[in-house]
Amino acid sequence: MSLLGDRQQLAYIAAQAADARVNVELETEGMTLNIGPQHPATHGTLRIIARLDGEQVLWADPSCGYMHRGYEKLTEVRSYPQVTALVNRIDWLGSFANEVPFILAAEKLMGVEAPSRAQHIRTILFELSRIANVTLFLGDLGVQLGAVTPVFFAFRDREYVLNLIEGATGGRFHPNFDRIGGLKDDLPAGFIDETRIVMKKLRGFCDQIEDLLFGNEIFQSRTRGIGVIPKDVALQYGLSGANLRASGVDWDLRRDQKLPLAYDKVDFKVITHPDGDSFARCWVRLQEVRESTRIVDQLLDTLPAGPIMAKVPKIIKVPEGEAWVSTENPLGEMGYYVVSQGDMGPFRVKIRSASFNNISITPWLLKGVYVPDIITILASLYFILGDIDR
Amino acid sequence: MTLSTLLSADLPYWAQSLLRVLGGLVAVLLPAGTIVYLFLFKMMSFMQSRLGPMEAGPQGSMQLFAEVGKWLQKEDIYPARADKFIFKLAPLIVLASTFLLVVVVPFGPDAIFTDFESGVFYALAVSSVSVLGILIAGWASANKYSLLGGLRAAGQLIAYELPMVLAVVGVVIQAGTMNLQQIVVAQNAGSMFGFSSLGNPYVITQFVGFIVFMIAVQAELTQTPFDMPIAESELVSGYMTEYSGFRFLIFFIGEFATAGVFSMIASVLFLGGWAVPFSWFGWTTIDSIDNWMNVVGPLILFTKMIAVVFFIMWIRFSYPRFREDQLQKFAWKVLIPVSLANIMVTAILKVAF
Repeated sequence: MSLLGDRQQLAYIAAQAADARVNVELETEGMTLNIGPQHPATHGTLRIIARLDGEQVLWADPSCGYMHRGYEKLTEVRSYPQVTALVNRIDWLGSFANEVPFILAAEKLMGVEAPSRAQHIRTILFELSRIANVTLFLGDLGVQLGAVTPVFFAFRDREYVLNLIEGATGGRFHPNFDRIGGLKDDLPAGFIDETRIVMKKLRGFCDQIEDLLFGNEIFQSRTRGIGVIPKDVALQYGLSGANLRASGVDWDLRRDQKLPLAYDKVDFKVITHPDGDSFARCWVRLQEVRESTRIVDQLLDTLPAGPIMAKVPKIIKVPEGEAWVSTENPLGEMGYYVVSQGDMGPFRVKIRSASFNNISITPWLLKGVYVPDIITILASLYFILGDIDR
Repeated sequence: MTLSTLLSADLPYWAQSLLRVLGGLVAVLLPAGTIVYLFLFKMMSFMQSRLGPMEAGPQGSMQLFAEVGKWLQKEDIYPARADKFIFKLAPLIVLASTFLLVVVVPFGPDAIFTDFESGVFYALAVSSVSVLGILIAGWASANKYSLLGGLRAAGQLIAYELPMVLAVVGVVIQAGTMNLQQIVVAQNAGSMFGFSSLGNPYVITQFVGFIVFMIAVQAELTQTPFDMPIAESELVSGYMTEYSGFRFLIFFIGEFATAGVFSMIASVLFLGGWAVPFSWFGWTTIDSIDNWMNVVGPLILFTKMIAVVFFIMWIRFSYPRFREDQLQKFAWKVLIPVSLANIMVTAILKVAF
C-alpha cells in the first residue's frame, strides 16, 4: 500500500475515533446527514453535508455545482447582445438585474453612455426585479419556518410586479430587454399609473408580512439570536447585500458607486441593523422592499423625456480592453469582469455572483446549531441556486 | 345503557358486531373526510386567497375520492434496507389507536360503543399507542430523516401527554367521575352559580384546563406550531418520508381521524358532548332523556367537533413552527406548572363548595 493510502486509512481511523468520542458521557455516535441535493428547503440543488450529534451540528459543508451551467464559458461563444439572454438565468427571480452590470461593463469598454431616459427606466426595472425577488423571499421565509400561508400572499403580490415587468419587456422571468446603449423599447402606455398602484399594494404586502410573521413570537424566538454574524466575520467572508448590512456594515453599491444609473437622482435610505442574526437579515430585506417602492415612485415622478437608445453601430464590436462593473443586486453584489479582444463576443467573462460568496460562510455559521436552525439560517442568508452555480 | 342493549332484543351477536364495526368506521372516517375537505382543502385555500379544488364534483367536493383513488393506484414502495414487517405494521398501529379512542366516545344517551367506568383513563392511555407506531415507522424506514422525525415525535408526544392528563384531571375532579358519559351528564344537568339554563359546560369553569388541553392536543396531533416530527422544510416528511401509496394514505387518514376523535373528546370533556342542557326539555337524569337524542346527539357532537377542529386548523395554517428544545421548554416550564396550579385551585374549590 502506498504512503498516501496509509495516510488515508489513518485519517479514516482517526475520524472514526473522533466520532466515537463525540459525546463521551452518552457514548453516542455521530451521524452524517445529507441535506439535499433534493430537499424541500434548499430551493434548488444545494447539498449541505452535515455531521450531527443528535440534533446538533458538529460541522456542515455546502457542496455546490449540481446545477452548474457554464455561463462563463458559454459567453465566449456568444456575441455581446446574446449574452443578456444567458445571464438572465443566473438569479432567475430578479433576472433583469443580472443584465444591467454586464451591459454597463460593455458600455464602459465602448465608451457609450445610455440616454438619461434609458437610465431611468433601467433603474425602475432594476428595482422592480428587486421587489419581485425579495417579495418571494419574505413569503418563502414563512414556509421554511413552517408557516404555510405567507408564501401564497407573496406569490399573489409578486404577480403584480411580474405583470409590470412583462408589460414593459415582454418577458415575465427572462426579460432580455437591456441593450448596449439603451433599451429595446420604451415603456408601454399606462405603465406609470399602473406601477404607482402596484407600489402601493406592495407596501400593503410589507405591512401584512410584518404583522403575520415578524410580529409573531414563535418567528422571533426562531430567528432572534440564531446565526449571528459579527461585523468583522461578515467582511472577512465577503458577504454582500442585505446579509452584510444586517451585520451593521453601511455598504450599498447603489449609493457608494458612481454608475450611469439614476440612483443619484433619488433620495433613499440604506437600511442597516446592528444585530447580525437571522431576524436582522429578514428585517433588513423587508425594509428594503419598502425603500425600493419609494425609489420607484420617485423615479416615476422624475422620468425624463428623450430617446431610449444612444448611437451605437448595428454590428457591435467592443474595443480591446478589460472592465469590471458591479451593482447592488437583490442578493448582494453582482459583478462582471469582461475581457475583450475587439471581437463580436467577449474573450473571457468572470461572473461574481452574490450567493456564491454569501453561502461560503455556512461552515463557520452552522457549527453547533440545531437541525431546524440550519433551515432558518439558510433561509435568512437567502441564496438562489442559479446564482451559486451559474 | 349501550348500543348493544338497544339492539340486543332480536339481533344475533355477529350482527351486533358488524353494526359496531360499521359504526366505528363511520365515526372515524366521516370526521376525517369532512375535516380534510372542509379545512385542508377549502378553509386553507380561503385563507391563502385561492380557490382550492374546484373540478371534481360541485365545489370540488369529490376531490377526496379522487385523491384516495390516486393513492390506491400508486406503487407500494419500501426501502431495500427497511425492516419490512415492522415497516408495514407501523401505519396500522397509528390508525388502530384512533379506532381504540373512538370506542369510548359517547354519541348519545344509548349510542355508545362501550360504556367504560374509567373512560377518561382509557382514552388517555390509548392515545399514546400512536407514538409507538410513529416511532417504529421512523426506525424501520432506514432513513435518517425518518429516524430524526420519529425520535422527535416520541419526545414530543411523551412531553405533551403529561399536560394533557393533568388538564383533564381538573375536569375529573369537578365531575367526580371518570366515565365520559357521566361527565356529559354532569355538565348538562349541572348549573353555574345557580343559573341552570346553560348547564355547566366545563369550558367556562375549567377554562385554563381547556386551553392547556387544546395546546396539548395540537401537539399530540403534530399540527403546525408543533409539527417538528413532520417538519416539511427540514425533515422532508419526517417519519412518513418513505411511505407511499396505501400506507401513506393510512397515515394521512390517521392524522385527520385522530384530529376528529381528539376534538370529540375535547367536546365531551369541555363543551357538553352530545347533549343540550337538560333544563331545556325538562330532563333530570340520563334515563329521562327522549330516545330521539340518539339521532340528534351524534349531530350535535359532530357540530361541536367541527368547531373545535376549526380552531386547531386555524392555528395550523397561520403559525410558524417551534424548535424542538423550545417545544420541550414550553411543555415542562409553562404547561405543566399551569395545569398543576389549575388542579390545585379546582380541588380547593371543590372541597370548599
